[in-house]
This record gives sequence, C-alpha cells and structure tokens, in this order.
Amino acid sequence: MRVVIAEDLALLREGITQLLTLNDFEVVAAVDDGPSLLAALLEHRPDVAVVDVRLPPTFTDEGLHAVTRARRELPGLPVLVLSQHVEHLYARELLTDHRGGIGYLLKDRVFEVSEFVDAVRRVAAGGTAMDTSVISQLLQRNSTKDSMRSLTTREREVLALMAEGRSNAAVARELCITEKSVSKHTNSIFGKLGLAQSGDDNRRVLAVLAHLNF
Amino acid sequence: MPLSSARWPPWPRADLLTWLRDGLVAARRGLAVALLSQLGAVPLLVLSVVSLGLLPLGVGFITLPIALFAVRGLADLHRRFLGSWCGAAIPSPYRPREGDEFELLDVPSSVRYCRLLLTDRSTWRDLLWLLIDVPVGLLLGLLPGWLMIYGAHGVVATPLFWPLMDPGYGYGLVWPVHSTTTALLSFFQGVGFLLLGFWSSERLLRAHSRISRRLLSPTAEAYLSRRVAELTETRSAAVDAQAAELRRIERDLHDGAQARLVAIGLKLGLASQMFRKDPDTAYRLLADARAASAQALAELRDLVRGIHPPVLAERGLDGAVRALALDLPIPVRVDIDLPGRPEPPVESAGYFAAAEVLANVAKHSAAASAWVRLGYADGRLRLVVGDDGGGGATVREGGGLAGLRRRLAPFDGTLDLESPVGGPTTVTMELPCVL
Repeated sequence: MRVVIAEDLALLREGITQLLTLNDFEVVAAVDDGPSLLAALLEHRPDVAVVDVRLPPTFTDEGLHAVTRARRELPGLPVLVLSQHVEHLYARELLTDHRGGIGYLLKDRVFEVSEFVDAVRRVAAGGTAMDTSVISQLLQRNSTKDSMRSLTTREREVLALMAEGRSNAAVARELCITEKSVSKHTNSIFGKLGLAQSGDDNRRVLAVLAHLNF
Repeated sequence: MPLSSARWPPWPRADLLTWLRDGLVAARRGLAVALLSQLGAVPLLVLSVVSLGLLPLGVGFITLPIALFAVRGLADLHRRFLGSWCGAAIPSPYRPREGDEFELLDVPSSVRYCRLLLTDRSTWRDLLWLLIDVPVGLLLGLLPGWLMIYGAHGVVATPLFWPLMDPGYGYGLVWPVHSTTTALLSFFQGVGFLLLGFWSSERLLRAHSRISRRLLSPTAEAYLSRRVAELTETRSAAVDAQAAELRRIERDLHDGAQARLVAIGLKLGLASQMFRKDPDTAYRLLADARAASAQALAELRDLVRGIHPPVLAERGLDGAVRALALDLPIPVRVDIDLPGRPEPPVESAGYFAAAEVLANVAKHSAAASAWVRLGYADGRLRLVVGDDGGGGATVREGGGLAGLRRRLAPFDGTLDLESPVGGPTTVTMELPCVL
C-alpha cells in the first residue's frame, strides 16, 4: 500500500516511515512542509496519507489546509491526520467531508504500533479512525442526554469503539466478547439512539457522531 | 389612506406625555441641586473658609481636613448625579492619598493631610465650584420649579379665587386683578409660565451641568497623575501574575514531565541490562517505559494548553473560542464577527478570559445553554458570554471574576457582570486593540 507522510520533525518522520515500512507499506514520499505535501499528494495519489496538522511554513494548521485542498482535487483521498493535541473543531471539519477514509489521532498513538497500523489500514480502506479522547469527550458531553443515559456501561463501551471507526470484529477483539454479542449490543444502541441501520462502516460512524451532536 | 389616520393633536400623545414627564424630572433634579447648594455647599463653604482662617491658630489643622473631606464627598455626590443624569460619569480628580488613614486629633497626621489637601489643585477647584454653586445652583435649580408652580397658580388659583384676594392682588403683568377679564388674562399668562417652566427645566439643568462639569472634571494634570497611579498598579499586578505563571510552569515541568523522562530512561537502562538474562522482565519494563512516555506527553500537552493553546496559535481567537464552546458540556451558541486578528497578547488575554468565564458557566451556573458573542467596535474587542442559569454571580475579592478583572487591567480591559439572582447572567469584557 502506498503512503505519503508529512511531518516536520525529522525524528518522528523517520520513525513513522520505518514503522510503516516494517508493516508492508510503501512510503512513496516523506515531506516536511505544506506546499510539498500538496505537491506530493497530487503527484503520487497515494492509497493513504499520514499528515501532521501543524506544518511549516506557517506552523499553523498548514497540514489540514493541504489535505483539504488535495481532497478537492482527489475526492475521497484517504487521510490520517496526526496531531500533538486533538481538537473537536478539527475532527468536525474533517468529518463534514463524507467521502473516503478519515482519521484523526494523537501523535502518541504511534506508540501502540499494531493499533496505529490497524488505524492506517482502516483509513486506507475508506473507514474512520477517531481518537479515543475525542470520542470519550463527546460521550461525556452527551451523557446528560436522556437517550444516552439509557445506555448500559457495556453499550457505551461498544459505542465508543464504534465511533472510533472500528468494525464489529475489532470491537469484539478489544472487549474480549463474541462478535455476535457485539452486534446484539450495536442493534440495541441503534434502537435506543433512534438510528437507522446501515451497512457502510463509515456511515455507521457518521451516524453515531451526528447523533452525538457533532 | 383613511382619514382617521390623521393625527390629532398634531403631536403624538405619548410624545407629549414624555415631554411633560421629562420636564418634571428635570425640575425635580433642579430642586435637588438647589437644595444641595444651600444645605450642603453653604455650610461647607463657611466651614472651609473659617478653617483656613483658623490655620494660624492651630485649630484649623484639625477642622480643615474634616471640612475638605466633606467638600470632596459633596463634590463626588454631584459627580455621580451628573454621571447618571447626563451619561458620562466624571472621574474623581483627587490626587491619591498616600498610605495611612487619616486620624482625627492626631496632630502630625492632620498636618500631613492639610498639606496634601492644600497642595492638590482639585481642592481649590472644589472650593471655587462651591462658591459659584451657591448662587448659580439656587437660581438655575429653582427657576423651572418656580415657573411651574407660579404658572399653575395663574391657571387655577387666580381665575377661581381672585374675589377672595386683597384688592391689591395681581398676577404676572396684570396688576391688580379685579375683573373676570383680568383673571382670564392671568390664566393665559399662567399657561405661558407653565410651558416656559417645562421647556426650560431640562435646558437649565444642562446649563448648570456644563458649569459644574468644567470645575468638577479632573484637570489634564490630575488625569495624568491618576493614570500613572493606575498604570503603576496594573503593571505590578501584571508582573506578579507573570512571575507566578513562570513558577507554575517550572514546577509542573520539574515535578511532571521531567521526572517522568528520568523514570523512562531508568526503565530503558534496566531493560537493556535485563534483555538477555530475563527477556520477560525486560519486556515488562519496556511496556512501562512506553506508558510513562505517554503520560509525560499528556502532561506536556496540558501544560502547553495552559501556556498558549495550540488551537489559538493555529486558528486565532475565532477558532479557539469555537473550540472552547465545543468542549462545554452544554450547547453554546457562538457568534463571531471579527475583521482581523488582534495582537497575540490581546488574543491570548481574550481567549483565557473566555475560557475562564465559560468554565464558570459549566461549573456554577446550572445553565442549560449558553452563548458567546465576539465582536469589534470603536477600537475595542468586545466579548460577551451569557447563560440561562441561576444567576447570582458576584465579583468577589479573591474570586475568579475579580482575578480575571485584574488580569484584564494591564490591557486596560474591563469586565462587567450582570447576574441577578434567578438569572440570566451576562459577562461583558472589553479590550482595547487595533484590528
């Protein structure tokens, strides 16, 4: 799978390159600023891009800008955004474009190598990978709502993992339960939150997040 | 257009009523001015002059401060009246008192205060104001009220009761009143006096305000020295706050991230030692080190957020305030209209002010929803935060809002709170800046 990486810290850039190469990705470009990111994305049209939010030359949200512009040219280009901090505002902006895989993770998540690689794969496949801290904050924020309060603790755990973008199988692995009971939980959650069932993984996340007042 | 829509009387009734009410209000205020000028200014003027005369005898040193402080009280009262009647409040012009409190009958302190008071130019301006206010206040204050009363007398009393009066009785220009015709003439004059009273009351009050304002406002010099005192105070507050902030950052780094990094190094060292002998333990140590590094990162992240939130650096006040609103547990309506980005220090001050007020809303207000409005007008950044909670918030010494006001002060920023018990609460903050 072909990847473009954008990260201005050389150490981290090499680290991520190494990590992905070891896990059978092909890193076609590793750039360190916004303009060259945009150029690399348009030139290589990778299967997935791993991008830092803050990049030179402005050291503001240059990475996000480059990604948004590239996605205008290449609709549905899968992008995993990494950041030193997660902001609801950015998560919301990323998710408003419904096409293609989107991920938004804290940089520390690369520590959990297998989970990180899993997230990159999920995004490349058109899925979603949302950081747990975004999700847990959202769940907390909405735990005062009646429909949220009617969820059981287990259902809430399942909902959190689902909102991160994981499939039922991944949720089952994470919680050490069978896939069948996961789908039982998800059905009950969709029922309680009043969400229509949908086959598409990405839409599943969007539906959950939309309900969570995203 | 239907004919009935033609208005009669030619002025709207509500307008006439307002006009009459305004006239009465002004006349009442004029009466207060006149009373103050006679009951307050006369005795205080006499007391001050006598005290000045008694200075050589020594007794004056005791009575003069009392007299002059009373004069200041009266002048300040008048400043407040002028502020509430004509909009712009007049700032106090006095030189700040130095240190210790005035003690009655304590000779050195009295002498010190006499010197302080007599060398302050505003003391002399106050005395001049008293001198002028005694006749002017009486005349301008009473004239409209007198016109109204005399007018009412001419309209009602003279036409009805003139037969009961002395043969020499007259009204206005008709002298004496001895027939129905002359009584009717007095009626029309009375109407004229009444109208004149209503018409003049506000004008005379304004004339009086103009005269008082000239003498009661601070001179340029007094204004500057007050400003210097203010700036000195806010500067020291700013320096203190800055130093405290640096200490907090140093402590957080020292006890938090720094210590964790040491522990990580230690664990990695141990792990590399154990690597061959005891791979299981080494693996556990590596896992520990990874967990500790994640924790160190989390701590650093919080610290950075406390110093300068990344979203503020990346998106400016607009994005940062929207992000704040998203993080609140209740829905917050955000309405931002900024023509540009303020200077970074102002932006930061505005952000932390918004963050603090919103945190208060979340913690104390019990509100179901809140709103934030951020705008710019007349060279001031205006930040208004409102909620539909229980109200009853106060700016208490040592409280969060007082601290916030102190932190805005070095920027010449202001904070106003409106929070009646039962709600709703609105906090309005303004920061002068150029966009």
